[in-house]
Amino acid sequence: MHGQPRKPLRVKDAAAAAAKASNLRDLQSQLLHNHQHRLYTKEAIAASSKLLEINPEIFTVWNYRKLALQQNLKEATDSERIKSLVDDELRAVEIALRANPKSYGAWYHRKWVLSQGLAEVDFDREFRLLDQLLKVDSRNFHGWNYRRFVAKLKGLPEVEELKFTMDMINTNFSNYSAWHSRSGVLSRLLSKKAEGFAEREKILTEEYELVSQALFTDPSDQSGWFYHLWLLDQTITPNEVLLISSWPSHDSDCVLSINGNAAYCKSSEPIRSSYYFMSTGKLPVVLFFNQTVKGVNSSSVTVNSMFAKNEDLVWRPLLPTKSKEAACWVTYLQIPDLQLSDTKVYRVEVKLGHSKDILSSSGSEFNHPLHFRFTLTLNSDSLRDTRGESVDELFVWDDGGSSTLESNDLVSFDQLKLSEDHASAFSKWQLETISNEINLFKELSEENCIFVKLTLARLLIAQDAMLSHTIPPVRLIRLRDVLELYDDLVQLDPRHAGYYEDERSLVIMNQVTFDDKSLSSHLSHSNNYISSKLHPHVCLQLKSLSLTRIGYVERLLWVHTLDLSHNKLRSIAGIEALQLLSNLNLQNNQISSITALEPLKLLSYLRVLDISFNKIGAHSVDTTRYLFSSPLTHSINVKDKKCFEECLQANINVADNWEAIFLFSELHLKQLDVKGNAVADEKFRDLLKKVLPTLTWLDGERL
Amino acid sequence: MGYCKPYGIKFISWTIVGGFAGTIGLDPHLLYTLSAVQILALLNRLDVLDIEMISEYVAGLQNEDGSFSGDMWGEIDTRFSYCAICCLSILHCLDKINVGKAVNYILSCKNLDGGFGATPGGESHAGQIFCCVGTLSITGSLHHVDRDLLGWWLCERQCPDGGLNGRPEKLADVCYSWWVLSSLIMIDRVHWIDKSKLTEYILNCQDSENGGISDRPDNAVDVFHTYFGVAGLSLMEYPGLKPIDPAYALPVDVVNRIFFSKF
Repeated sequence: MHGQPRKPLRVKDAAAAAAKASNLRDLQSQLLHNHQHRLYTKEAIAASSKLLEINPEIFTVWNYRKLALQQNLKEATDSERIKSLVDDELRAVEIALRANPKSYGAWYHRKWVLSQGLAEVDFDREFRLLDQLLKVDSRNFHGWNYRRFVAKLKGLPEVEELKFTMDMINTNFSNYSAWHSRSGVLSRLLSKKAEGFAEREKILTEEYELVSQALFTDPSDQSGWFYHLWLLDQTITPNEVLLISSWPSHDSDCVLSINGNAAYCKSSEPIRSSYYFMSTGKLPVVLFFNQTVKGVNSSSVTVNSMFAKNEDLVWRPLLPTKSKEAACWVTYLQIPDLQLSDTKVYRVEVKLGHSKDILSSSGSEFNHPLHFRFTLTLNSDSLRDTRGESVDELFVWDDGGSSTLESNDLVSFDQLKLSEDHASAFSKWQLETISNEINLFKELSEENCIFVKLTLARLLIAQDAMLSHTIPPVRLIRLRDVLELYDDLVQLDPRHAGYYEDERSLVIMNQVTFDDKSLSSHLSHSNNYISSKLHPHVCLQLKSLSLTRIGYVERLLWVHTLDLSHNKLRSIAGIEALQLLSNLNLQNNQISSITALEPLKLLSYLRVLDISFNKIGAHSVDTTRYLFSSPLTHSINVKDKKCFEECLQANINVADNWEAIFLFSELHLKQLDVKGNAVADEKFRDLLKKVLPTLTWLDGERL
Repeated sequence: MGYCKPYGIKFISWTIVGGFAGTIGLDPHLLYTLSAVQILALLNRLDVLDIEMISEYVAGLQNEDGSFSGDMWGEIDTRFSYCAICCLSILHCLDKINVGKAVNYILSCKNLDGGFGATPGGESHAGQIFCCVGTLSITGSLHHVDRDLLGWWLCERQCPDGGLNGRPEKLADVCYSWWVLSSLIMIDRVHWIDKSKLTEYILNCQDSENGGISDRPDNAVDVFHTYFGVAGLSLMEYPGLKPIDPAYALPVDVVNRIFFSKF
């Protein structure tokens, strides 16, 4: 029931309602009788028409009429009779639509009748009906859907449909349905390069002009803003796929020390002169592209090394889902368990772009062949004094007060600047358009219009992203302006504060990781183990920055100790790219469910994790329940999980704890802190001990 | 009635073709078949069903392109994809259909604003978005969704009065408390709206004398809007309400029972 005012039932009204209901019941039982006995006489059909006039929602009535039509057609011999039978149905639909212009059953009945190809379709009549209907309600999506159906039936060219959307927009700028339809038709015409639509940039420029008129007519109307957002997306999508980062980076040197099963890795550059704990004896090779791509495999990427035949390497997208597309890809080199007496250096070379397999979702290709190389030094001696790390010492998080690194200690990070032809993923038109739009909205930004400020912030971020991927990169330090815009927006529009905070977090991440100078102030060298014999760790300190989510992970692929404590993180999505991460501090954040930690499953070196003082267990609604593989999404078979059987035997309630069992049984943690979460009671700690046999320290206590 | 799907049906009628009708004597349809299965799941009485027969009926309605017809007459709509897939999932029978094709059909209904329509090209609508995001959730395919883009479109459904509408520039309506909120939860973007204002809006639609919840403040109440209002409050963790699962539209403990009952 929609739009009926609430009022006490008066006696007179009650009587009328009772009479109406009784009439409806009579007609309905009559119909059911006729339907059951397959009575399709004129009178029986007329009774169904009456019922539809009152209530067109009972789809069994429409089914009955379809059966009746089929039956009566069998007896109809001449085309006049057929035409009149079809006409009866079209009229019944028109009458029903008068009662309810949004009746699903009525609209489908009309489509069904016309699709039978019984009589020549009177297209004028159909378009007249649509005109009348859209005049009454220009947003009736049934009408728009029906128009698409009729246009297809008639074989109307798409250019005509585009013109129709223009007419509707000219009648009323605030018609979201028309703008929606326009974006669909236009993008099909553009991608087909239809006649008159080959010059994409010219067409899009005209669309910017059109939508500006709408925006200036009524800046508070959402319709034009969504269209503008789509145009913006069309403008900033890179034309080419580029590799923007990798680990190991070009020309780096990894020193691997083999001690039994454990291996350590260091890079020759000062910033990365830290030791990576690699219990698995496998070394990740990570590729990060400027957009989501598919087709990364051993034929599109060649890795020359003595550790594995290239054909045997398996590349997988780094995402906690079953997606076959990602911006970040990984493969692992198995480091043989050598007992070396002296140091040996191996070269590894990675080549990409010699085949056309690597494709973005929009169909752009990776077509700038490039290669990069690094060396692996296998050494059995050099790190003997670091073995303590693999033993049982407690890892103590540094308060950040220890020595920070000087910026001249830093060498340039992992941006690959290998392409020689100075490729840019963006055209001059793209850069100019964004710049023009920025100027346009800057003029308006003094007025406190939410959409103007938000669009300006989006444009500035887009411009920064576009220029940072040009070679050589150009930096416009506008991020402070963007932060100010988001601060204003939180004040102006508190309803969407959560959205603005998430966007703001990405800007802060951008600022922090922006260049060597900004990053160095967040790095510290510290001894995290009490035994000071151990090599100090380089820790990235991103605490107390009010982050709600993380971003720009492509600049952080080398990080293995990360302190994100005292933020407002709700999500750690993206962290899976940090393949070397072995120590992670998430203390004092807003993580509210176990499933929000699912990306950690992809971090095979993770040993130390602090998730204390979060909100795990404090909320009854889990907002990340469907983002990961689980039995609920049919991506994990419960029967395949041995840990479930074991938990059952240990009397653990599996239905209540499946999220924790799934997550922690796949981690190899030595140290975990969970205190300060609603979930962390004694029973939960027992569960952790059960599913995490590698654990040595739980909440600071040795097990 | 648009998207206000009848959850409060009184009679369940089971016809010989294997599907359920809204009431005795009417024709079977996917809409009512899902409702019947959901109600029986709620009552923990799925054992009364001939699962083989029902799942054959549902699977038989899948078309070559992966879409689903609502019944034998062939109307196609992403609502019916959701009904079919939710129903088969509850019955552990998803292997009877081509899930890959079903997902591809849903994706063919994705729009440039990030939302989904009833058929390819159809305008984004919150009810339709629930059906498509729900289908993608149940089939583990949410990675096909641009969560920031769709999340922005959905959080913009919150009107100045706190209520949610179903499309841009439309009035708020309590039923969208379910369609929009559940979708926002499935894609982890529900923190982009103001929950306390929405709670207030739903409570304002309550008939404080006779009970029940209406579409807008001071309108006549009905059972559908009462359900959607209560379900919306549950999604916002309103005190005293059991948590509801955003994809299956059933209490979380019922969903856990369905998928972990063997343990």
